[in-house]
This record gives sequence, C-alpha cells and structure tokens, in this order.
Amino acid sequence: MTEVADSPREADQPRESLIAYFGPDKPLRLDAGVDLAPFQIAYKTYGTLNAQRSNAVLICHALTGDQHVASIHPVTRKSGWWETMVGPGRPIDTERYFVICPNVMGACMGTTGPSSTDPKTGKPWGLDFPVITIRDMVRAQAMLLDHLGIDSLFTIAGGSMGGMQVLQWAASYPERVFSALPIACATRHSAQNIAFHEVGRQAIMADPEWCAGRYLLDGTNPRRGLAVARMGAHITYLSDAALHRKFGRKFQDRANPTFSFDADFEVESYLRHQGISFVERFDANSYLYLTRAMDYFDLAADYDGVLAKAFSRSPTRFCVISFTSDWLFPTSESRAIVHALNAASARVSFAEIVTDKGHDAFLLDEPELFAIVRGFLDGAGGARGLDSRS
Amino acid sequence: MSTLTRADNGLNVAGISHTSAGARVDLVLVAQMVDNGARVLDVGCGDGELLRLLSETRGVDGRGIELSREGVNECVAKGLAVIQGDADTDLGDYPDDAFDYVILSQTLQATRHPRTVLEHMLRIGSRAIVSFPNFGHWQVRLQLLLAGHMPRTDMLPFSWYDTPNIHHCTIKDFRQLCTEIGVKMEKAVALNAWGSPLRLNAPWWFWNLFGEQAVFLLSRKD
Repeated sequence: MTEVADSPREADQPRESLIAYFGPDKPLRLDAGVDLAPFQIAYKTYGTLNAQRSNAVLICHALTGDQHVASIHPVTRKSGWWETMVGPGRPIDTERYFVICPNVMGACMGTTGPSSTDPKTGKPWGLDFPVITIRDMVRAQAMLLDHLGIDSLFTIAGGSMGGMQVLQWAASYPERVFSALPIACATRHSAQNIAFHEVGRQAIMADPEWCAGRYLLDGTNPRRGLAVARMGAHITYLSDAALHRKFGRKFQDRANPTFSFDADFEVESYLRHQGISFVERFDANSYLYLTRAMDYFDLAADYDGVLAKAFSRSPTRFCVISFTSDWLFPTSESRAIVHALNAASARVSFAEIVTDKGHDAFLLDEPELFAIVRGFLDGAGGARGLDSRS
Repeated sequence: MSTLTRADNGLNVAGISHTSAGARVDLVLVAQMVDNGARVLDVGCGDGELLRLLSETRGVDGRGIELSREGVNECVAKGLAVIQGDADTDLGDYPDDAFDYVILSQTLQATRHPRTVLEHMLRIGSRAIVSFPNFGHWQVRLQLLLAGHMPRTDMLPFSWYDTPNIHHCTIKDFRQLCTEIGVKMEKAVALNAWGSPLRLNAPWWFWNLFGEQAVFLLSRKD
C-alpha cells in the first residue's frame, strides 16, 4: 500500500521540485466558472535565465507526463521523459535556454489536483475538485511566468496534450510566445479520441476500489481500473507496425500456448507491465480530470468556429510536426493547424516525419525530429538575437 | 502585338552571372525582381536555396511550400519557414493578398493544373514570378526533329517515363496563357544555354528559339 501513502504526499509536497504558491488573493479563474484558490504549481527549471530574460523555454507535458522532463523521476527513479530532446547539448539546449517545465493543473505530481489536500476540509479533493480545461492549465502557467518575472517565452514546446497547451498559449497570449513547437497534436480532440478516453475512465470507475472517487479517504486504490485504462491508452500511442516489429506473435517465456488466460503473448505481458508500472506513479482521479481536459479542447470553438481567428495577426513563429504512423493525432490534424496558420498569414513550418513508432515517436529517438527542432530553434534564436552559445 | 515591352526596367542583366558567385543564375534573376523586405511565398522551394538567397540579399519575409518530405525537412532544419504541401491542392488555403510575391521557380511544368496554379499565385500575391525551362529551345526542337526521341537536355534530364515534368511549354505558350487569363507581364528575361541573358531587343521568336529558360514577373491587370 506504499503507493497510496506516496500519492498524496507527492501531490502536496512534491520531491525534487520547485513550488509556486498562489494565495487567496490570486485565484485561478476556471472555465468551469469557479475561482480556485489557493493553489500551487510544482515545476522544474534547467539552465540559466539570461540578463535580457529572453531565453526562457516552456515545456508542456502530455497526459501522463510531469515536470521531471530532463532529470530523474522521484518516484520511478527513471530518467526524465524527454531527455532526448531537453538537456545540455540537446536540441532544446539547457546550456543556451532557461527551461521551465510545470506540472499541469489537475495532475498529481505537486500541482493542485484531485489528489491534493483541499485546504477547506483538510482532505483530498477527490471529485469535488473542479473540472479543468487546457485553457485553465495555460492560464495557470501564465501566472507562473508572471511569478517568475518572465514576460515572453523564446519558445514553447510540447507533444500530444502538451501540444494542445502550446496552441492554446499561442492563441491566448500571442505576444508572450516568440516561437512555438506543437508536436503530434490537434486543435480539437476527435470523437475517436474522446471514445478511447471514455473507455479508460469507465475502467477506473468500474473498479470497486475507486469508491466513487473517495479512494484516498477510504484507504483503497483503483489500481486495476487505472492499469486497464493505461493498457488501452498505450495501444493508441503505438502502431500496428511497431507492435509487430517489437512483439509479433512471440510467446512470453514459453514455447507453446498454455491454453489459459495467462499472458502467453509477449505483447500481453508488455501491456500488463505498462499498466502495473503506471499505477505506481499516477493518480486515478487525475487520469479522469486530465483526459476530460483533452476531450473538452476545441480551440476553434472559442473563435466562432474559425480556427484561423485563433491565430489572427499572430507574431509567433510556428513549427508544426507530425509522424506518419501516428493514428491518435494523425498528420491530417497537423495539416488543419497549418491551414489555419496560413490563413492567418502566420509564419509556419510544417514537417511530417516518417516513422513506424506511432504517437509515442515524439518521445523517442528520432534523429530527424531533433534536426528539425534544432534548425527551427537556431533560426528563431537568430531572429530573437540570442547568442549561439551563452 | 506584345503586351510586354522588354525594356530593362532597372533590371541589371549585364554581368548577372557574376553578381553572386555560386548561386544559380536563374535564382539570382528571380531575386533581383523582388523588392527588399517583401513578403514572399516560394512554391516548390526544393532545398530552400532561393529562400535563403532572398533572405540574405533582399531581407525578405520568406515562406515556402515543398512537395518532397526530404526537401521540407532540410529547409526547416535550416531555419526556413517551409511547409509540406502541393502547389496543385494547397494554394487554395491561402488568403487573398497574403504576399507581395509568389514565386514558382522551375516548377510550373510539374504541376497538374498550371493555369489554376498561376491564377492562385496572383490571388495570393500581388505579383508572381515564374521561371520555367523553354520547350521551344532549339536543342529540344532538334532532338525531336532529327533524332526522333523525347528531348533530354541539361535542364530536362529525365526520360519520358519517369519525368516529373508533365506540362511543358514554350515561351510563346506561356505568353499566350498570360494573355488568356488577363495577367500583366511586367518583366521577362530569357537565358541561353550558358546562363547568359539574351539581348533585350531581340524579337520574341529569337527568345523562343535560343532561350533555354525564361523568368517572368507578372502582376494582376488593373
């Protein structure tokens, strides 16, 4: 039961993270129509802010990511989730840029979310926590930047749900975003993606240990439900080709089928492992809230249904990137972003990268992705007047 | 009969092949037709050589569209604002008057609908610059006439069965198209096989016979 004990502690007092507190005088105005106060944002920084305060980079994490983008995760002790992209000498070079990565609102790694303690009751929020949107996450991040005294970001980058935040940032605060890298994302969540999320949520809610969201109070943990949700979602992050290449129909530690419902196949064993290891570090209610935030995301809806209006007169330099085998956020979604940016006469680059690794490709070793991000940031850095080395 | 007087219009053709060592003469010619600091869309920008030349020598705000993924990724990695797209299908997504110049460099003959592409270019931009290989060049004519096979030249090196060029035209053909769709031809330059501009006062038939490639600056008719 150590996980249950760990979760609220990490949610309230995150290890190896910085915390920005926002008191009752600085409420977060939520799309749901309520003011959230007080609240806190857990974040990490890497590198040094230059004297002109012009080299700040914001990294937005995906659904199950967190602030530990380029350093050891305090719970799993694994390396950062985007260490191939962010770090010394990496495309997002922490020797050149000041990198900030906050944990999003509603998550469970120290930023206020359903597993945080509600100061009014002294108990975990649970389902009393208000529903969060992508725009709420971005609003909170803007408050964090104000708190850090950073007016404008050199760049903002993220994949998947992180890419949604990047797009929302560019729409909500165009003057604060010099350049933007929305990767493997979309301006709205598709019906298919909402459907997948609903399956995951129902798996959690069907677990008797979910206890209508009160599991932290009841001392239970819906780990089976959360694991099933993760297993289902994980399939959508890969591709048929990648699964075939990695596992095929190979058996797990056996020569013949057992004629039972054991994990005979390697792919079954792999998925079970993904599910089990996920529940060690993630909160089930946070999973409900964050998937909901993605479902509600529809950038054009805020602009009379015309996406181009979200970016009209945008001064931001965009680099949109998609992957050929990503069927969760297929290239057509990125093309829709590019069309809108073109219609708004925004400065946009767009590259599709050939890979069989599916949606997860943005997190993996993709040399072409790194070359493109590096080239884009070098070009933007020149326009921003950043030294090639600082 | 011509709607275009080939006066030099400030275009310094003398010594063009020497002005920028290393850069392709036709690209330099195109670059010389662009005003400083203009907004430019390069359709079919390849590896981005022209966009880079334009930003270095003309300080333009340049964007590109390129069909090949390799070309796009190379451009983006160079820091150029280039998207993957198709001149035939994607120009419709751009709003009217988004650019000062829309450039189609050595790409016209590879489009499925050259006329539609040209019309879109002059909708999106107030001016268009088009360069293309002249299929009326004497070498092309001679190969077909005497050798009896589809022409292959330095500019058109492909075999008939694997060429991307599906809509060849001559300088004469192109001028006719411009007249047909009511486009004003502001400037024109023809280059011979050695990359030198032909005499400005030469007759059109001479250009059509000895010009290996041509560059036209077009604008909308008022």
